[in-house]
Amino acid sequence: MPHRTFFWFILPSLVAMMLFIFFPIVSVVIQSLYVEHEQVVITSENCGPFGCQTETTVDLEATQELRDAQPLGRFNGLGTYLNRGHLAVQELGKAWSESESFGDFWSKVMNLPFYWALAFTLTYTFVCTPMVLILGLAIALGVNGLPKLLRGPTIFFSLLPMIVTPLIGSLILFWMIDAEGIIGKSLQYLFDDPELSLKASPTLTWITLIIYGIWSSAPFAFVIFYAGLQTVPGETLEAAMIDGASRWERIRYVVIPHLAPLAVFVTLIQLMDNFRVFEPIIGFSAEASAQSLSYLIYNDLRGDIQRFGSAAATSMLTIIGVAILLSPVLIRTWRDFNRKRV
Amino acid sequence: MGNMKTLRLATLGTAFAALTATTAMASCPIESGSIRILSNEFGALRAVNAAAAECAADGVEVTLNQTTEHRDLQVAALTPTPAEYTSAVVANSSIVPLMNNGLIRPLDDLIAEYAPDLPKLNQVSVGGNVMAIAFMANAQHLYVRTDILEEVGKEIPTTYEEVLDALAAIKDAGIMDHPFAMNSKTGWNLGEEFINMYLGHGGSFFKDGTAEVSINNETGIKTLEMMAALNEYANPDFLTFDSNATGALWESGELAIAYMWGSRGGGILDEEGSTPEIVAATKLVAAPTVDGGDRPASTLWWDGFTISKNISDEDAAATFRAMVHGIGPATVEANQKEAVWLSPAYTPGAAAEGVAATAQAGAAPYPMLPYMGLLHTALGNELSAFLQGQESAEQALADVEAAYSEAAKEQGFLQ
Repeated sequence: MPHRTFFWFILPSLVAMMLFIFFPIVSVVIQSLYVEHEQVVITSENCGPFGCQTETTVDLEATQELRDAQPLGRFNGLGTYLNRGHLAVQELGKAWSESESFGDFWSKVMNLPFYWALAFTLTYTFVCTPMVLILGLAIALGVNGLPKLLRGPTIFFSLLPMIVTPLIGSLILFWMIDAEGIIGKSLQYLFDDPELSLKASPTLTWITLIIYGIWSSAPFAFVIFYAGLQTVPGETLEAAMIDGASRWERIRYVVIPHLAPLAVFVTLIQLMDNFRVFEPIIGFSAEASAQSLSYLIYNDLRGDIQRFGSAAATSMLTIIGVAILLSPVLIRTWRDFNRKRV
Repeated sequence: MGNMKTLRLATLGTAFAALTATTAMASCPIESGSIRILSNEFGALRAVNAAAAECAADGVEVTLNQTTEHRDLQVAALTPTPAEYTSAVVANSSIVPLMNNGLIRPLDDLIAEYAPDLPKLNQVSVGGNVMAIAFMANAQHLYVRTDILEEVGKEIPTTYEEVLDALAAIKDAGIMDHPFAMNSKTGWNLGEEFINMYLGHGGSFFKDGTAEVSINNETGIKTLEMMAALNEYANPDFLTFDSNATGALWESGELAIAYMWGSRGGGILDEEGSTPEIVAATKLVAAPTVDGGDRPASTLWWDGFTISKNISDEDAAATFRAMVHGIGPATVEANQKEAVWLSPAYTPGAAAEGVAATAQAGAAPYPMLPYMGLLHTALGNELSAFLQGQESAEQALADVEAAYSEAAKEQGFLQ
């Protein structure tokens, strides 16, 4: 394709990408480098229905002058990235020098909000992604083996977890696993422990969230693999059967290699999605036991005072995290692509 | 924290009886201007907003945005000129960011012109300027089941030590395993519980006159220990409990003593969602004192309306008049059970007893400090590990101080 034609073809999506992805990210980078102005506070007598108090308020005029002088706020460089709420460089160093054992150091690191959230985010990502691939493939193979008449309804029901809005799905499960809910009560009965609560301990909450993650994402892998299965060449399968390959051997040596490019695609999407896990934490009210990077951003932007600088820094760290996660897969794809070209 | 005037909600009615006759000044219909209200979402505010909207004549624009997420919108929505909303309905805490950014206007002129008889009680003034008109009060306090207390031979507790004693008796008698609940969901709710209990212990949050936090002390540790002791009697899921969860537990009869918002009283005492036996035995009483203190471990809250700064004077006048009508006697009379109204038309019923008793016992108002919200958020985030038994009280408080200090530096309150 001539470069000129190519340029005109790609222009609309390029413009959209610049407007809706590139510039917002630039703006987030800039925000992450600044913090708010110094606030000038004054003492004032505040009165209301419950009497009078001497309290402090912000001196608007003085603060406004500072704002006009520097509209972006005070430049803080990488300060926000390195502070306790993010990479916590100083705190890490202190924890390292003061800790007597590695376990002690580890518990100090896990007490820092960013690393605590990162630990859950990574665990979630690295458990969910492979499980989703395996389960998705298993469902696809199962459905593919069904008689034609049953396939339609089975596909529909297998897709349900993905169709249900994540927040609604997690809320429904949240009520079911409640100590008074059907799953919660059954588990108490099963383990003969009336105090058993999936919501109370961090470990059980992590397991619950991960199971929910697999449940809600497996249909995505299933749909992709099921579509891939329709293109597996019949001749190759027949040839394998004539050679005496068992069902497992046919899957292992014919079907899986055929689906490999799709598996790379599903892995990429799942790594990205799982690294940004958010809705189940809200739906399951799991904030006490599990937080993710996306939850930290959300938390900074809620409430009476919004912390844009802090949220921006966490956002950038999340983007960097996604890039690091995806790089092995991308490098491999790039190599394969080059090899094929040669 | 300054001097407290005792508030007698029960006698409010007689004190301001004159008001009813004179609010006609702000009378409807409003012929010009525009009325755009942003507020929280619950029954009492819906009633106020609806009455304010009624006040507009045909052709006057009325927009109501009632959402529980109002706090996240308000600063961004009131910043542009003209502001997206002409009025934001706020509480002690959520008025602070609007004042920090200079987004609401003083109301003294509007009061002089349209509501000269508005009682001082309703006027929230900051440094001499009235910045909001308060119309209802709220506080967290105890809900008790008198039948269960009678069964174990205990009086209605007035201190947290007595609460623990009663809870132990209820558990020992085998009546309930988890007789207690408070709104202890990680986040804003949990932060609020600490603030209440800490004030009950007589603590102060900041070094005098500065934004420097000081809670990692003996008072802070006692506060956390009391919270942990109480939650020993709560369902192990307590870190997920918000008002909806505790309200439902109460109505289903699974609690004997709970610490909940007064504004839930109307719903809990009505005929829906519970059995007549539970409703009949439910009593709303003052928040208890703790550790020999004389101030109830609770904070007093008001809800009130503000008028945006970045709007035309015409819109400001229209909105002010509409809101004064909205909080007027007609709304209050038709919604007696929905709230503890700060209005002469209000006849306090059983649902208001807890808030009134808590206010009369001298509970402190929630501090209206520019950096209080940052401390509240830090408390809400950092205390769960302690309550799950995974870290010491000292460590939890040190974490709160570190998280707060970082946020306060970022926001320019600390150097």
